[in-house]
Order: sequence, then structure tokens, then C-alpha cells
Amino acid sequence: MAELEARLEELRHLSGGGDIDVVEEVGRVQSRIDRQLRQTYAKLSAWQKVQVARHPERPHFGDYVGTLVEDWTPLAGDRLYGDDSAILGGLGRLRGRTIVIMGHEKGASTEMRVKHNFGMAHPEGYRKARRLMRMAERFRLPVITLVDTPGAFPGIGAEERGQAEAIARSIDTCLGVRTPLVSAIIGEGGSGGAIALAAGDAVLMLEHAVYSVISPEGCASILWRSADQAQLAAEALRLTAQDMQKLGVIDEIVPEPLGGAHREPKTAIEALGDALDGALSRLAHLDGAVLVARRREKYLQMGQKGLG
Amino acid sequence: MNWLSNLVRPKLRALVRKTDVPDNLWTNCPSCGQMLYHRDLEANLHVCSKCGHHLRLRAHKRIEMLFDEGRFETVATPEALVDPLRFRDRKRYGERLRDAQAATGMADAIVLAEGTIGGHIAVIAALDFEFMGGSMGVAVGNAFLAGARLAVRRRAPFIAISSSGGARMQEGILALMQLPRTVIAVQEVREAGLPYITVLADPTTGGVSASFAMLGDIAIAEPGAVIGFAGARVIEETIRQTLPDGFQRSEYLHEHGMLDLVVPRSELKPTLARLLRLLGESSGASSEGAARLAADP
Ligand SMILES: [Zn+2]
Repeated sequence: MAELEARLEELRHLSGGGDIDVVEEVGRVQSRIDRQLRQTYAKLSAWQKVQVARHPERPHFGDYVGTLVEDWTPLAGDRLYGDDSAILGGLGRLRGRTIVIMGHEKGASTEMRVKHNFGMAHPEGYRKARRLMRMAERFRLPVITLVDTPGAFPGIGAEERGQAEAIARSIDTCLGVRTPLVSAIIGEGGSGGAIALAAGDAVLMLEHAVYSVISPEGCASILWRSADQAQLAAEALRLTAQDMQKLGVIDEIVPEPLGGAHREPKTAIEALGDALDGALSRLAHLDGAVLVARRREKYLQMGQKGLG
Repeated sequence: MNWLSNLVRPKLRALVRKTDVPDNLWTNCPSCGQMLYHRDLEANLHVCSKCGHHLRLRAHKRIEMLFDEGRFETVATPEALVDPLRFRDRKRYGERLRDAQAATGMADAIVLAEGTIGGHIAVIAALDFEFMGGSMGVAVGNAFLAGARLAVRRRAPFIAISSSGGARMQEGILALMQLPRTVIAVQEVREAGLPYITVLADPTTGGVSASFAMLGDIAIAEPGAVIGFAGARVIEETIRQTLPDGFQRSEYLHEHGMLDLVVPRSELKPTLARLLRLLGESSGASSEGAARLAADP
């Protein structure tokens, strides 16, 4: 694949001269690339999906907000201890609708990844999320959550300040908010740190995103006694969007551009924007009590249907 | 359709179980190494007579220990889909389940029971670490919900005793979905205006701590229990620092404001009885009060 792309780059460079043969060759190489990508991405293994979901150039929270949200106004802090850069949130407008949007931010560069702690939140992140959900409810605004985290941060301070409690309360709040809550798994849906924001009325998932109770590496090191067996664990965990849909855990798969969201971020971002807008439109007419009752019923049903 | 509609009304059956371990067997205290005879351990509620270490207890033992005169009724737990992902690691999950069932005599890692504590009716859901590390999958979630709903029907407080490593990996994402499901159970108890009391025993970690175990109106822990979200080894590997003394132990959490009480096993029953008495006077007395509580937990 890399070889073909290098060839294409070279040809494009040459085609600056308008040579008709070169233009034709560009077309041929491009369609070979597309064909190969289509074949590859149609049958990605679970482990390959994990790699795609973690791709550093995949669009992150900030990219979605930057493209989709007008009048973006970030809101910070949990009002208890601090502000967590691993979960960002704020007010804005999506396709004309005022929303509260929040999500994990992994960061795009090494420096930003460190700043955002690789999307691994401390209790303050979940408590900020909870505060913003409550605020949304107060002003009757729908909530959007974008999930992209390896998991909650495992650290001394995080534990001391009640990581488990913060996650539990955040789930509690998701399930109780009386305005529409639409979640989207955009990359990695890592365990408790993910569900803390994802117990919504509608859960969307990008085509190559993954969602799991434990990382394949963690699962392999416990059940196979070796992190090297992560590929096997990834298969066994059934963590793909396609499996999630069969299990009734998610409601909709949002297609990614050919070759994954990182190849054409703009297309991926707009596709999610359309899907979020659609989901919000379908929920807009429901009143608070109905929303909460339906949301609970949705989760109560989970686990009553397997893959068999 | 309600998830409960596909099962029969929980059957109640009396449980009279006496220990079948001969008196002359002994165990070494996992903390100080002291040789402890079963007869003495039983008498001392499985607490080391030398160092006070609280040994892990089977769920039915805990329940027996808490209800008045050791009398209670176990509540049949709802059926659950077996091995929903057809999970296989080095061994089939189905096989692991059967082994655990044979070894423990339990259907899954949770026991539900109702009885009285100090004369107050209560429903207890207790996790058993012996059954696959007390891990939470669909069966545990279903049972926890059934327990909460029984408490609501009885207008009784709901007590959750946790001893679990977290979500059951072999049920994948469906195990993770038991976090919201058990949180819903807690919400139902809360909205009924009834007390929800958690007793955190060793260990209470992962998905169990990040859901129902940390949402108690009153949170009690046994001394020395490991309680936290992430495992100590994972934390050490991530931050490459030595963990502070007593890290993730009950006393440490109490100091950090995460627990109401750390109560020795011998004091647990009188403590619960007192709490039920104190909370029983007002709980459920007015549905208006309950609604207010529900709105702002
Ligand atoms: Zn001892």
C-alpha cells in the first residue's frame, strides 16, 4: 500500500506538466489503491480495528468540535478540585441546535497527548462531565458525548480522589438526565472510563471504532498470561462496531471513509455530524420522563441477547 | 418488554446450611501466617485472632452472619444467557462456568436473601469471590436488579455486599453494560425512598467499584479491604512509582473521604441494625420526600 502511494505521489508531481499519459497512470494507480483499501478494510480483523481505532491521526474530540460546532465555548472545571484536560466539554451549536458537548481528548501531537493525558481521565474529568450534563438538563439542552479513551487513568491521585465513585456517579447522571443524550464511540471505548460518558439514549459508533470491557493487552495478560496474545483477546472480546450492533449495545454504525477516518478526516467528521443531528432530531420531541424511562429500559435489555 | 417478564416469579426457599468443614482443619492467616483452626475461625467470624486480618468469606456465610439468628430466605436468582459471546481463552468460558458452579454450588457469583436485621426487614445481595473472583456478568446484573426490585416491593432497605475483582472479561462488552444496569437498580431503590447500604469487603475493584458498590447512601467497609478502581499492579506499571503504605485499603479510603465507616466484622450486624433503625423511621414515610431525594441524590 505504501509503495502504491509513493508511486502516486511521484506521478502527481510529474502530472504538474499536464502530460496525458501521466494523468491516466495517476487514475490507474489511484483505483488500484482504492480497490486494495476497500478489500483490506472490508475484512479488518478485530486486532487491526484496534490499531485503526488508536491511529494517532484519527480525528479527535477537538477536530469534531472544530468542524461541527459553531460558537464553541469550552467550559472548565468540576468545581470540586480541578480541571481535567482528558475530558473537554462546553456549549455550542451543532447544525443550528444549541447543545452541550463533551468527550475525551487524546491530543494530536506528542506534546498535546501529554497535556490531555492520552485521553485518560481523572475523577475531575467525570465530575466535570456530570456537572455539564446537569447544566444541560437545567437549560433543557441536549447532550452529546464523544468517547475516545484507553480507559480511566490508573494513578495514585485518581484513586485517592475516588476514580470509581466518579465513574459510578457519571453513569448515574447519564442515566438520569432529562434531556436527550446521544453518545458516539469515535475511537477507543475503553471500559469504565468510556461507559462513564456513554449511557445515552442513542449510542453511535464509527465503523472502525472499538468498545471493550478491557483492553486486548490487559485481557491477554490476565487470561492468556501474556500480553503478546492481544490479537487473540481482541477477537474473543468481540469489540468491533459490527459485534456491538449484533449485541444491541449500539444503535447505529457511522460509516468511515475508505481506509479509515484518518485518511479523510473531514468526511468522517461530517458523517458523524449528520448522524448526531439525525439522532437528536429523533429524540427532540420526547419529554424528560419518557426519555429517562426509555433510556433505562434500553440498558435493562442489554445482555438478554447474545451472539449465538 | 421488561427484562423480568421472561422469568418466573422468584422462588423463595429456606436455606439451612451448616459448615461441612471438619473442625480439625486449619488455615494460615494470609496476613501474619498464624495457624488458625477452622473451629476457632468460625467462632471468630473468620477474623485472625492474632492480627485481626479479615479473611474472605463466602457469600452465604456473610448473609448468615448478618440476619437475626442466622435465619433468612434465599431468593432464586433470575436465569441469564450463558456465555453470550461464546468466549474462549485458554479454556472455554462455558467450561470455566461449570467448574465454578461445581466448586461453589452456586449458579453464579451472587446470592440474594431476605430476612431481618435487628428486627428490620432487609434484602441483601452478596457477591462471592470464590465464584470466578466475584466477577460481574449478566447473571450478576440480573440478580442485583432482582434484589433491588424485591427490596422495593417489600419497602425494605437494600444492602449490597461486594467482594469482586470487577467486570467478567469473558462476557466482554455485556459485562461492561452491567455497570449502567446495576446503577439503574440503585436508582430504583433511591426513588422508592429506601436506604441503600453498601458493605465493601475485600476486594472491591474495577467495574463493581465503578458502579453499584460506590453509590451507597451509606458506605461501610471491612477493615483492610482492597477497594479501588484500577489494580495496584497496573498503577505501579503506569506511573512507575511505589505506592504509599495502605494504598487502596479501607482505612486509606476512609481517610480520603470515600467511606462513611470502617467496621470490624464483629460490629457489622449491630451497626447495620442501628442504621436500619435510624433510617427506617423516615424512609418511605412520604413519597414526596422520596421524589425529592431522587431528584438530587
Ligand atoms: Zn493474622
